[in-house]
Amino acid sequence: MLHAIETTGLIKSFGATRALDGVNLRIRQGSVYGLLGPNGAGKTTTIRILATLLKPDAGSATVLGHDVGRNARTVREKVSLTGQYASVDEDLTGTENLVLVGRLLGFSWRDARRRASELLDAFGLTEAAGRLVQTYSGGMRRRIDIAASLVAIPEVLFLDEPTTGLDPRSRNQVWELVRRIAAEGTTVLLTTQYMDEADRLAERLAVIDHGRVIAEGTSRELKAMVGASALHLRLGRADQRERAQVLIARVLGDGVIPGTDPTAVTARLANPSQAAAVLTALSQDSVDVAEFSVGNPTLDEVFFALTGHSAEHPVENGQS
Amino acid sequence: MTTSVLPNGERIHELFAMHRRPNPPSALSAVGTLAWRAMLKIKHVPFQLFDVTVMPIMFTLLFTYIFGGALEGSPRQYIQYLLPGILVQTVVFITVYTGMGLNTDIHKGLFDRFRSLPMWQPAPLLGALAGDLFRYSVASAMILVIGLILGFRPQGGIVGVLLAVALVLVFSFALSWLWIIVGMLVRTPESVMTTSFIFLMPLTFASDIFVRLDTMPRWLQEVVGRNPVTHLANASRDLMHGEPVGNDVLWVLLASAVIVLVASPIAMRMYRKER
Repeated sequence: MLHAIETTGLIKSFGATRALDGVNLRIRQGSVYGLLGPNGAGKTTTIRILATLLKPDAGSATVLGHDVGRNARTVREKVSLTGQYASVDEDLTGTENLVLVGRLLGFSWRDARRRASELLDAFGLTEAAGRLVQTYSGGMRRRIDIAASLVAIPEVLFLDEPTTGLDPRSRNQVWELVRRIAAEGTTVLLTTQYMDEADRLAERLAVIDHGRVIAEGTSRELKAMVGASALHLRLGRADQRERAQVLIARVLGDGVIPGTDPTAVTARLANPSQAAAVLTALSQDSVDVAEFSVGNPTLDEVFFALTGHSAEHPVENGQS
Repeated sequence: MTTSVLPNGERIHELFAMHRRPNPPSALSAVGTLAWRAMLKIKHVPFQLFDVTVMPIMFTLLFTYIFGGALEGSPRQYIQYLLPGILVQTVVFITVYTGMGLNTDIHKGLFDRFRSLPMWQPAPLLGALAGDLFRYSVASAMILVIGLILGFRPQGGIVGVLLAVALVLVFSFALSWLWIIVGMLVRTPESVMTTSFIFLMPLTFASDIFVRLDTMPRWLQEVVGRNPVTHLANASRDLMHGEPVGNDVLWVLLASAVIVLVASPIAMRMYRKER
């Protein structure tokens, strides 16, 4: 099977900080692959190496069989990158940005203009085409940025945190875009900090922490490790927390996810209906439950389950 | 996908179906396109031209009338000496904006996109420089116009003036490479400005732009006489006034060549390298 992306033992340091500490990835052609991890985990560094913007200190990386160091130019003809920060010119209009990219890819002026208007139309930006990008909303910026990555259709598309900072509607739009792009056969590698985003979009994902892949698999496989859903409880009294945890462990067999909040308890559920059994047990024992909810495990809970530490460790430099 | 949250989501398919990837552009075409981008920025943000229009007018007016009487007897006499030099000073100052613009592009992520495109890698730097040459030309034209109004009468005629401006542009183009390096080294556009001015202040003021070399103490003459900006100001004066040009022109061309030969490979290396 041909891999769109293959990396072996990627290592990259910035000064004293080791951003990547031996990253191994195999990404099947035509799939959507998610890199899930907190800020500073090494997601952006990985993507920048694959897009030929950074050279690894050690290890190898190939895109569609081409080495990103030795055959950088061939790789550049096959990939597009939409960075974490808008990689478009804010002082230009939407049309001008796309014509600029078209010309730099080698289109004639006429073809570049035609391509720009097709893209603006498909991305719902025709009305804003003549406006400077600095007047665009966050969602529109993201869309023009992704449009710029499709002026020439890439075989591999890199999306670095495509929905960070977007409102729910814009987020849904980007999700639909990613699905439609993948349906056309382009391999998509995206990074995200959101478990639900990885879950909705990616066939397979790698959880990355401190520059290492700590878990890899389909979303279902990862959930089996972490629990399909999570029960979040808010207790009325902090002194009942310990008793609540014991009761939950008795009902579920195991599953209490440790945390630091004195009135909060989180437990992983094999299926959501177990929540009822837990609540019943707690009320029979007069534990005061102020609030409860059942949802997807958050990134933090995934991290607790996989590593035993919280995802929110401080980031020292801007590279992640 | 039954409900689409994108207004024309179904057209994404057409985008893929209609597409043919062209061959990568020639180096010249890539540079031309990026120069076009620089022109568009000037069109959309005309305030960018503020520095190259208002500042030259202000400099010329101020120095002509403040120093004119004391140095040459009258402002009209003095401007014959001052104008070619003030043109040099203004354009040399404006070269800093090359580094500031580059710094902004890098930190906004735009250069990541450029660098991931399959084009001739130096194109973004040369395209930006082409746009800057246009700005230098605008500044030169502004100074010449205000000079003519104030009584500047170049004896070398239009040819002499154009040759002088061309020489200033050559030197400024060379100098811009230094600010490109600074632009890649420091974090913010403001630091580019501060760092560059540490060099530019002595470079322009320790020259014979404002006063003649023979009025300075001997030790200072030794220093000022070796400043490339002094040679550039001398050469511009001689060309504009139709006087025989000495070694100054050669000196300026040599200095420019050295700067470009040393700085541009360093700049390109840094550009290709990671950030």
